[in-house]
Amino acid sequence: MTTAIQHREDLTVSSSPPARPAGADPAPPGRRLRAPGRALGVGVVGLWLSVIVLLPLAALTVASLEQGLAGSWEAVTSPAALAALRTTLLVSAVVALVNSVMGTLIAWVLVRDHFPGQPIINALIDLPFALPTIVASIVLLSLYGPNSPIGVQLNATRWGLIVALAFVTLPFVVRSVQPVLIELEREVEEAAASLGASASTTFRRVVLPTLAPAIISGTGLAFARAVGEYGSVVLIGGNLPRETQVVSQYIQQQIEIDRPVNAAAVSVALLSVSFLTLFVLRLWGSRSQRRQERTS
Amino acid sequence: MRTSRRATLTLRILALAYVVGLLAVPILVILYRTLEPGLGTYIDSIRTPAAIAALNLSLLIVAIVVPLNVVFGVVTALALARWRVPGRGLVQAIVDLPFAVSPIVVGVSLIMLWGTSGWFGGLEGSTGVKVIFGLPGMVIATIFVTLPFVVREVEPVLHEIGTEQEQAAATLGASHWQTFWRITLPAIRWGLTYGVVLTVARALGEFGAVIMVSSGFPGVSQTLTLLVHSRYIDDHNTYGAYAAATLLMGLAAATLLLMTVLDRKKGSR
Repeated sequence: MTTAIQHREDLTVSSSPPARPAGADPAPPGRRLRAPGRALGVGVVGLWLSVIVLLPLAALTVASLEQGLAGSWEAVTSPAALAALRTTLLVSAVVALVNSVMGTLIAWVLVRDHFPGQPIINALIDLPFALPTIVASIVLLSLYGPNSPIGVQLNATRWGLIVALAFVTLPFVVRSVQPVLIELEREVEEAAASLGASASTTFRRVVLPTLAPAIISGTGLAFARAVGEYGSVVLIGGNLPRETQVVSQYIQQQIEIDRPVNAAAVSVALLSVSFLTLFVLRLWGSRSQRRQERTS
Repeated sequence: MRTSRRATLTLRILALAYVVGLLAVPILVILYRTLEPGLGTYIDSIRTPAAIAALNLSLLIVAIVVPLNVVFGVVTALALARWRVPGRGLVQAIVDLPFAVSPIVVGVSLIMLWGTSGWFGGLEGSTGVKVIFGLPGMVIATIFVTLPFVVREVEPVLHEIGTEQEQAAATLGASHWQTFWRITLPAIRWGLTYGVVLTVARALGEFGAVIMVSSGFPGVSQTLTLLVHSRYIDDHNTYGAYAAATLLMGLAAATLLLMTVLDRKKGSR
């Protein structure tokens, strides 16, 4: 599901649509669409996006402030909420790190190495994006849960959370590094090698700097996804407060025990974390793009 | 970069071990455990009344969500690509927003808007339509999480095909409607189909947003994903959960296959 990554990249790297092909008329015919027809279309789009996306998020924000800014701060900084936030950030950071190393390594092996069965491995990478999250949870439990056939029980531990999140975020780094590796020109590496650089030096000094933007972008997306994840951790995590309860589980619990204001306040905090991550990625992405344009 | 034979092998083994241990082995184990008691047991498990009701509900939600997303998604893509509307950057950001929101937060937001004490809470009192804990809530939650797919697949195609043909049609006297049906729609059909496939897959698989707004009664308001969850958690029916999950896995595999085929079609267009 490469497009899913593309979406995520759209989200962070470029908001501008691709340049129109040369020769396309700058004034599209839609411009000449009767004003009432276009106004109706724009109105429909505005109403649709408002009712489906904007109003719910606005209602959430207002609800989080029902007891004033101090009340929502208290909700977010209550010990249980803080513990859930800490667990989530810690586990997501570990998973992002694991992804940055293993994702790059897998992309490298898929592009530079050749072995029988490679297309199957390549196809497997997309599976976590296509698989429903609750299925991911069950699939991992069948191997790493109670009655594990290999005797490894990770359910209700932080390791279980890490495995589940690593499962659902695996494609991000692999699929963002892979195209860059394919495009990478081998001449520079060969030049470095002929000048006497060892393989590890060539990798560190020549290959890694080129891959870095793709690795960081994929890692950031994996982190943003892990922070909000619910379905894949709900069964394997165990939802132990202060131990394995992640933020999304805490929010769900607050709704269940009828504390909607707490749920809304922590939801806004969680949203802020994801938005901040994606915003930093986008800033960073456009900056490195500009730098690349300057040097090329 | 030339790596030594040993380094190549080490890297290969590391990558393979990670992918196999994380993806391949768990999937093989669940398939084995599902099919081990025999195909008959498996079929019985996915043909219980609750399971059939869950499949029907999931398909019903898909049947409602897909047409809505197609119509509104294509109009939104047209607005973004063809009509020079003010604030396009903002619309782009709003379209991408659902990708950044945790499913649980989607659920909480919808409760705050449509729940009995929410902004639109009066609706239930005046019309008797139960949004949260009813079918409308599950449909709205699914629309929220799938909203970007059609727009994001169709908009780039609209940019790519340009406007020459549409202009030619208009010059030859075609109405806007005719131009759309005869020129634009055929040009975007593969992109649109791809968007629909992504929408269907996500709609069938959505869990977090839907569980927040569903009452979760077996046979009434359980989708397939909720069935997997309740069989595992509430009924301690591990085998039943495996069986339902395997069914969903089959649907996901079919989606992947379809996407690969469509990718080629899109490329060869």
